[in-house]
Amino acid sequence: FTSKTLMQSNNKPPPARYGGRHTVTLIPGDGIGPELLNHVRELFRFSCVPLDFEVVNINSSITSEDDINNAITAIRRNGVALKGNLETNHTLPPSHKSRNNVLRYTGLDLYANVMRCQSLPGVQTRHKNIDIIIIRENTEGEYSSLEHESVPGVVESLKIITRNNSLRIADYAFQLAREKGRRRVTAVHKANIMKLADGLFLQCCREVASGYPDIAFDSMIVDNTTMQLVSKPHQFDVMVMPNLYGNVVSNVCAGLVGGPGLVPGANYGHNYAVFETATRNTGKSIAGRNIANPTAMLLASCLMLDHLKLHDYASMIRNAVFATMNESLLHTPDIGGQGTTSEMVQSVMRNIKSSGPLTTEL
Amino acid sequence: MEFWIIFLNVKQQCKIHLGLGENTFEMFNKGYEIKSLILGNFFAFQVHTVTLIPGDGIGPEISTAVMKIFEAAKVPIQWEERNVTAIKGPGGKWMIPPEAKESMDRSKIGLKGPLKTPIAAGHPSMNLLLRKTFDLYANVRPCVSIEGYKTPYTDVDLVTIRENTEGEYSGIEHVIVDGVVQSIKLITEQASRRIAEYAFEYARNNQRSSVTAVHKANIMRMSDGLFLRKCREVAENYKDVKFTEMYLDTVCLNMVQDPTQFDVLVMPNLYGDILSDLCAGLIGGLGVTPSGNIGANGVAIFESVHGTAPDIAGKDLANPTALLLSAVMMLRHMGLHADAKKIETACYDTIRDKKVLTKDLGGNSKCSEFTTEICRRVQDMD
Repeated sequence: FTSKTLMQSNNKPPPARYGGRHTVTLIPGDGIGPELLNHVRELFRFSCVPLDFEVVNINSSITSEDDINNAITAIRRNGVALKGNLETNHTLPPSHKSRNNVLRYTGLDLYANVMRCQSLPGVQTRHKNIDIIIIRENTEGEYSSLEHESVPGVVESLKIITRNNSLRIADYAFQLAREKGRRRVTAVHKANIMKLADGLFLQCCREVASGYPDIAFDSMIVDNTTMQLVSKPHQFDVMVMPNLYGNVVSNVCAGLVGGPGLVPGANYGHNYAVFETATRNTGKSIAGRNIANPTAMLLASCLMLDHLKLHDYASMIRNAVFATMNESLLHTPDIGGQGTTSEMVQSVMRNIKSSGPLTTEL
Repeated sequence: MEFWIIFLNVKQQCKIHLGLGENTFEMFNKGYEIKSLILGNFFAFQVHTVTLIPGDGIGPEISTAVMKIFEAAKVPIQWEERNVTAIKGPGGKWMIPPEAKESMDRSKIGLKGPLKTPIAAGHPSMNLLLRKTFDLYANVRPCVSIEGYKTPYTDVDLVTIRENTEGEYSGIEHVIVDGVVQSIKLITEQASRRIAEYAFEYARNNQRSSVTAVHKANIMRMSDGLFLRKCREVAENYKDVKFTEMYLDTVCLNMVQDPTQFDVLVMPNLYGDILSDLCAGLIGGLGVTPSGNIGANGVAIFESVHGTAPDIAGKDLANPTALLLSAVMMLRHMGLHADAKKIETACYDTIRDKKVLTKDLGGNSKCSEFTTEICRRVQDMD
């Protein structure tokens, strides 16, 4: 098995376009997506980030495939995207698949979903000082959307686990752990019940682990994992798991550090990367009211800047966000405050102005 | 003679508790409440048999503890101890011993301690056998914060009801080609309807205000979609209980931030497994969580869900709380509410007092001391 990982094959970011400026695809999505991404654009313009956005709108109420295909083409062209969540209307027939998923694995093979749950200073939570990286296989498992009704009233849904994808994600996890100086990788599974499927996943993780003797490897059953997460979350370092368990565990961890408004997420493939909020919420009920928490989206844009090797801009914005988080008066309602989105963004801009090299007029 | 007393009693109770008059039409509409009153009175008048399965490891000691406490509380229960180690029946199929099956079929109610799952013993896990033998389709786990046993989460009061027979745990898996494995998740209309009906009945009988169906129908459109449809259909017949639906990830996210917003949760097998353990973690772990399995044909088996703890077996160090609270759940199921309340209060008071606690609860008393303390409180209450 030769590992062809993201780190090795994609050393160079997508080539900068005209005049040293990158172009990134922007997909506003539904709910709070459009307003938060507008703030991101505003912030980037203010901070003079050498980046242009190509906006691609996807209307999730139309059932045609054209706009999704346009988005995929745009991302292929630019290599990087920043997106809001697309709403899935689950009363529509199964042929109308979840748009987010179509983007992720059908078109772009974004096989690794990486989420770092870090307790932010200034945010009150029950558990302090959490720092867990969750790596979730993003393309197969329970999300294969292969279902059929054999007889009326009996439905089968297929969960697919393949050796190749399991090896790929395990390798990604260990490489990332090594790169970030992490000491342990935990595989989360349910192999006592799903002996063949999760058994294969676990076996692949073990095989890859043997090639990284400097990193400890253990495994834990998913129900025990959730129980341990709510009582003793500090025992976890890096976690790797198939798709559905990744969904559950990442949401539990996001809740532990303060909620969906604080955690950024990234989806990586060999050639492309898409950044979004970690828990992928549409936030329909708070859309348009200026109360959404912009932190997750701002931090996601910082991850994107890091990916494009614009590290200075990334640190500048990230530090400004952390400084703003420290002021509890500015906290948005989801973390217990009464501030508004625009106030938070203004504060971030002020922090950048006072520390950064060059900004446009406030 | 007793029958007349019961009849008069029930009629009086109907008047008092249900505000019913002599109007038979009213009584017809309130049929369920009357039935439970009759059953409650029935049980109160007779000694009921319960099949007790002590289990392995710390099982026997905690079962003894529960029996002692029940004796001190003078609960009208007669225990029938049975062993469920699997034996090979005619035709080579593994089954539970016939005496155990016969006892359970007769008594309909069981209390079970932790069972060892042997590796490479050739037979499937005992829990699975029991589930299949009695068609235990619903796993009910009430999670209530225990005053006196501090966790970061206070005021938790919810119930998870999990479909226990199908879903992701059907065990249907195969290797398609080398390196590609397929695992099948099975959702059927009948099982989904059955669990939804149980959930709403439970909510109604235990005065819970809402039922939330947990699903991932945005991804698994047909399977979870079917489950959701059945829940919606059943909800139509229970307008007094509020019905909501929520995605699994949203439930997880909100559960760790604010568990007080949830009441009764109903869901398919895998989500139920994960969520019920998550909720157990919120209140303090498997050592203090009760659990009940409801089967078709009126069979119900209540159990403690922790392990056999072989390292402390026989040393009088075990914590009987989980099995005791499961037994309390059993009493409620049988309609013996007064006894249930008595024992539950004694148990919670003992834990709150913190004077006599077992090691896992933060004290250093023995199991027998903990048991004696609860017995003393129960007797003081009379």
